[in-house]
Amino acid sequence: MDINTLIEVALITVKVILVSSILFALPIPLTWIERKVAGHIQLRLGPFRVGWHGILQPIADMIKLMFKEDIIPDKADKWLFKLAPIISLVPIFLTFATVPVGDKITVLGREITLYISDMNVGILYILAVAGIGVYGLIFGGWASNSKYALLGSMRSSAQMISYELALSFAAIGVVMVSNSLSLVDIVNSQKVSTWNICYQPLGFIIFIIAGLAEINRIPFDLSEDEGTLAAGYHVEYSSMRFSFFMLAEYVAMVLMSVLAVILFFGGWSGHAILPPIVWFLIKVSAFIYFFMWVRFTFPRYRYDQLMTIGWKILLPLSLVNILITGLFVI
Amino acid sequence: MANHEDIVTTKEITLSMGPQHPSAHGVLHLVLDMQGERILKASPDIGYLHRGTEKIAENLLYFQFVPYTDRLDYMCGMTNNLAYVQAVEKLLEIEMPERAKYIRVVAAEMSRIAGHLLSIGAWALDLGAMTVLLYAFREREMVLDLFEMLCGARMTFNYLRVGGVRRDVTPEFKEKCLEFVKLFPSRINDYEQLLTGNRIWLKRNKGVGVISAENAISLGLSGPNIRGSGVKWDIRKDEPYLVYDRIDFDIPTGENGDCFDRYMVRINEMRQSARIIEQALTQIPDGDCCADTPEIVPPKRKDIETNMESLIHHFKLISQGFKTPKGEVYSSIEAPKGELGVYIVSDGSEKPFRLKLRVPSFVNLQSVDTMCKNQYFADVIAIISSLDPVFGEVDK
Repeated sequence: MDINTLIEVALITVKVILVSSILFALPIPLTWIERKVAGHIQLRLGPFRVGWHGILQPIADMIKLMFKEDIIPDKADKWLFKLAPIISLVPIFLTFATVPVGDKITVLGREITLYISDMNVGILYILAVAGIGVYGLIFGGWASNSKYALLGSMRSSAQMISYELALSFAAIGVVMVSNSLSLVDIVNSQKVSTWNICYQPLGFIIFIIAGLAEINRIPFDLSEDEGTLAAGYHVEYSSMRFSFFMLAEYVAMVLMSVLAVILFFGGWSGHAILPPIVWFLIKVSAFIYFFMWVRFTFPRYRYDQLMTIGWKILLPLSLVNILITGLFVI
Repeated sequence: MANHEDIVTTKEITLSMGPQHPSAHGVLHLVLDMQGERILKASPDIGYLHRGTEKIAENLLYFQFVPYTDRLDYMCGMTNNLAYVQAVEKLLEIEMPERAKYIRVVAAEMSRIAGHLLSIGAWALDLGAMTVLLYAFREREMVLDLFEMLCGARMTFNYLRVGGVRRDVTPEFKEKCLEFVKLFPSRINDYEQLLTGNRIWLKRNKGVGVISAENAISLGLSGPNIRGSGVKWDIRKDEPYLVYDRIDFDIPTGENGDCFDRYMVRINEMRQSARIIEQALTQIPDGDCCADTPEIVPPKRKDIETNMESLIHHFKLISQGFKTPKGEVYSSIEAPKGELGVYIVSDGSEKPFRLKLRVPSFVNLQSVDTMCKNQYFADVIAIISSLDPVFGEVDK
């Protein structure tokens, strides 16, 4: 094996470790930001006690969660119960294998790509792998042997199936415009012309709505619906198993923001005054803020209304979008 | 081999909602029979907060029971005080000075605002719109601050007494209160902006928990819940007490009797309450805030400290109480949740022989099964919120 291959392997290993640790650490700033955003929207200050402006609050929460008793209900299916949080967490981490945060940079005369791998079926891979995550919710709800949890997982499975279709169809519009399934190529194609949002406004709206449903946030957070189901599928979970579900949810929110930016807002392309990666982060943060803003403004839909929107409105609209896009592309 | 039809048949499930549930509004235990997410039957199981309030009353002097009424509907204690002292006054046949009547109207209407704010805020929270609750609490905080100025307490007031009110209103209170009622309508617009036109809010509440006017009457609903069904029944207008007949205000009603109508009734009632407070504060005459009946109303604090006779009088009144004439009396008021009635049987002693509370939440709650039938599980939450039961009152 020559030295170049070794360096390649080392680089990929480093990148995998780096991405995973960033994703694991992500909820720390995100929970703080979410609570601050919530606080300011709701005329409060948010966390303020632990550290400067409560910045250490997530750390305190994490320590508390770790030391909580890990309760497994007596009548639960113990094996599935332990497996469920991992199933919901792993796929969402796997998707980041193909998520690019930039193009290439040159360090010490060597080109380094800012993604782990650029699959030629990138977007397909992400949607497929992210779809597995719902098994975590279903198993979690089923294994808990609790009616509330069961209802929550029942809702989430129906919801995921309905909205994944609309989400994928909205992405197809972008793929048709950009002529590629690879996320890097999609971004590069937007550098040549303008951002896809100009060609795909309808697709973008469908994508965001379906995305909100896909990541279980208000107004579509029916699987955990604390008003009705107390906490839905994770009602019986505690300690770190519970936090795994939370972690998966936050990473899913980041994934959805990243996808929206890459598919519709030109990824890391932007004016030359800032480096591309900064542009990328700015855009992603804007979307994350948007998701938080929505959460603290709207009530949530009812289960049957959610289904109606998914099947009767979003799905036909996304098909129309594909049709229109097809006509233009031809 | 198992029969295939046996495998695929769906089964009814029975779900216990509460007494520990985020949307149970206290300790409501609702046993729901469901087919999937459809409700077949909803049976409330109450009594988790039972404290035997009516029995306690039989062992207390008349004036000692006032603080217990604060703990009935603890979201708006002033109206409970009012209902009770008014019944005792009716029994005693004493007349209030005008000033006391106006102060009572102000206190009762502020209570109504505080109660409705919490009702709408908690309702929105249960349906996922968390922010509205904190907006509502901003104004509820102002009302509670005003109460604190008025009587020193924020939740359990014990402010009204048989024969008047405990403390006179100060000019500062009057000024602050007028400021509040001027500001308040614009704050109601804030909630309306977040909820009234919101598509999701409309979808969750329109056509949900419908109850017809006839049904509402036969189930004995009262307050905003019956007015949501289009029945114009408000004791303040129909059997005026205090000075409500001298004050100009409207009774908002709904048309369809669904959750949204009950929501709109509450929103509009808050606007009307602000109007009532403003009028009452401007019309309020000078004078004494307690009736001139020394055998019932204890002497003023200042006199007790300087005058031996007053001290003796005070001691005698507090330790022995006052006697009421023999008889029975029923008196009711329009509390924020509906008709709050007090029925007293007196045997001529210092303590009631029997006291019965007709609490609106208890009566309103019995319509929950009628409203929930064939609705979805998530609608139950909207329906309970729209009925706005408070369990201090339901369980007594």
